[in-house]
Amino acid sequence: MKPFTAFESRLVPLPKNNVDTDQIIPARFLKTTSKEGLDKNLFADWRQDPDFILNTPRGQNAQILLAGDNFGCGSSREHAPWALTQFGFRAVISTSFADIFKQNSLKNSLIPIVVSPEIHTRLFSLREDAKVKVDLATQTLTLPDGQAVEFAVDSFSKTCLLEGIDELGWILKQEPAIAAYEKTRTSTLNTLQPSI
Amino acid sequence: MSGNLKTLSQKVWDSHVVREEAGAPSLIYIDLHLVHEVTSPQAFQGLRERGLKVRRPDLTIATTDHSIPTSDRSLPILDPIAKKQVEQLALNCKEFGIPHYGVHSSHQGIVHVIGPELGFTQPGMTVVCGDSHTATHGAFGALAFGIGTSEVENVLATQCLLQRPSKTFRVLVNGTLKTGVSAKDIILALCAHIGIGGGTGTVLEYAGSAIRALDMEGRMTVCNMSIEAGARAGMVAPDDTTFNYLHGREFAPKGKDWDAAVARWKQLPTDDGATFDRQVLIDGDALEPMITWGTNPGMGVSISGAVPEPSSIADPLERDAVSKALIYMGLEAGKPILGHPVNVVFIGSCTNSRISDLRIAAQLLKGRKVNPSVRVMVVPGSMEVKRQAIAEGLPEIFRAAGCDWREPGCSMCIAMNGDQLEPGQYSVSTSNRNFEGRQGKGGRTFLASPQTAAASAITGVVTDVRTLL
Repeated sequence: MKPFTAFESRLVPLPKNNVDTDQIIPARFLKTTSKEGLDKNLFADWRQDPDFILNTPRGQNAQILLAGDNFGCGSSREHAPWALTQFGFRAVISTSFADIFKQNSLKNSLIPIVVSPEIHTRLFSLREDAKVKVDLATQTLTLPDGQAVEFAVDSFSKTCLLEGIDELGWILKQEPAIAAYEKTRTSTLNTLQPSI
Repeated sequence: MSGNLKTLSQKVWDSHVVREEAGAPSLIYIDLHLVHEVTSPQAFQGLRERGLKVRRPDLTIATTDHSIPTSDRSLPILDPIAKKQVEQLALNCKEFGIPHYGVHSSHQGIVHVIGPELGFTQPGMTVVCGDSHTATHGAFGALAFGIGTSEVENVLATQCLLQRPSKTFRVLVNGTLKTGVSAKDIILALCAHIGIGGGTGTVLEYAGSAIRALDMEGRMTVCNMSIEAGARAGMVAPDDTTFNYLHGREFAPKGKDWDAAVARWKQLPTDDGATFDRQVLIDGDALEPMITWGTNPGMGVSISGAVPEPSSIADPLERDAVSKALIYMGLEAGKPILGHPVNVVFIGSCTNSRISDLRIAAQLLKGRKVNPSVRVMVVPGSMEVKRQAIAEGLPEIFRAAGCDWREPGCSMCIAMNGDQLEPGQYSVSTSNRNFEGRQGKGGRTFLASPQTAAASAITGVVTDVRTLL
């Protein structure tokens, strides 16, 4: 995984609450066995409207999606952050995120940034060409007027993202602890091998 | 608050902590990993690229449910992309030594139906699956939650996950449900009450007399839709209802092991005096059959209620969301939902495809005909449910009434397999999501209980089942 670096970008506003993963990537595109090529299916149904933001110049070449409350609710499909990152997004800003989407995003170098309702409203009122800066190391979002807004991020995810640490690699190193736990574990389910 | 008093979810959590290290989330051991065709292929590919094995294939089971047709299983899968995905799961399971209940297995079914019915799902376990409805298994007092594909890969490789504990949230449902009101109505009422994001960051624990009175299948229906209230997991403390359900199931402990297991499981319920971060009360006595009118499961009302008026909503984004939902759904603000025409009725999904769901629908449909304007699909949750239904003569009842009796799978809940609404069509569906396009592009979903679905199938319009009892 590549280390996550600070960046500056315009915002792509999507002023809707409760955007669910079926909108981010409809289920009919989940029949793939690959992670690739999902950007074309991002918001596939909404993109059939020529006026939808991703079909306008404002939706192109920007790395921050500015979304409404509870972004990413619904299914656990990691295809949602895959599609968002393949389209070019590196951060989503909202007042809240669904739990599974948030976890999935952090594993794919997509930063879910939670801001207060006041900042959220201000961001939506920014000029089209206004840029904000996302700095994960300092956990700050810098607005065009220079105001720095701090955001929370899980400390472990932050370290992994900044240093390019691979989470599975980290867990694999815990093998002695896992083996020790297994020795003490009481299980009523010893085998799942089917009888038929 | 005493530090020694714990809730059910805290007890299960504490007994699964492998390691805790400052600055890192807890390393949690997973007792049961359920795998299906949609969210696993990229995880298996990841293992191959790293040269890793599945650490505990004996604690992992797979089934095929999302992408497969629910029509004649002797025919090949026509969709080449779905076919490849289904075949890939079979290949992956073979390569990595994972038991697989594939398309032609006598145990095939929706992953959240087969886990419990085979006795895999047991109290006190940690259960994960690359599927947000994994919360279903919490009905047994297991800590069960959905994960993404990266986490599927982590669990395949290490049987562990890095997690931070959730907050605790008790949902107390007191009283006794009235005739015509069911588990589905409890959970739809909760979603309407706290909203689709209301439980974010929490594990729900359902308690109270109305929950205790539910059978295991009702409890599964409630826990299943915890994610629709924003919570990753929902749990019910195990009791005699749980033990009686599990006893004798294929993978449940036997003999002395059973007795020892029950003794342990009896220690799981939340300690008296333990505190929750949040609590909400639902009056079971006052509950009516529920139905959704909008485009997320929190947009619901009692069946005799009206579609909301956007003009009465203060928050601009919320007002806009309601207006847009009404446009998508083609509904008029302020009007009753009862009597709205229906094109399709879907009885199925991991929420409501178990034998008790089919029985109650069949009871209503027996000796009646579905309205000729309605297409009714009845999709059993598993081969086992199908066998039981056949033994009870249910398919004949459904067919005689004019329903389409199909093969087990997720079907029109997620519409990946060709079972779908046409644009603009209305369904009354026993599934769990009414998001735009969820049941087919442009399709419009009213979520409801199996009783409400069967009643609406008979009349051709959204119907209060109590008028047919």
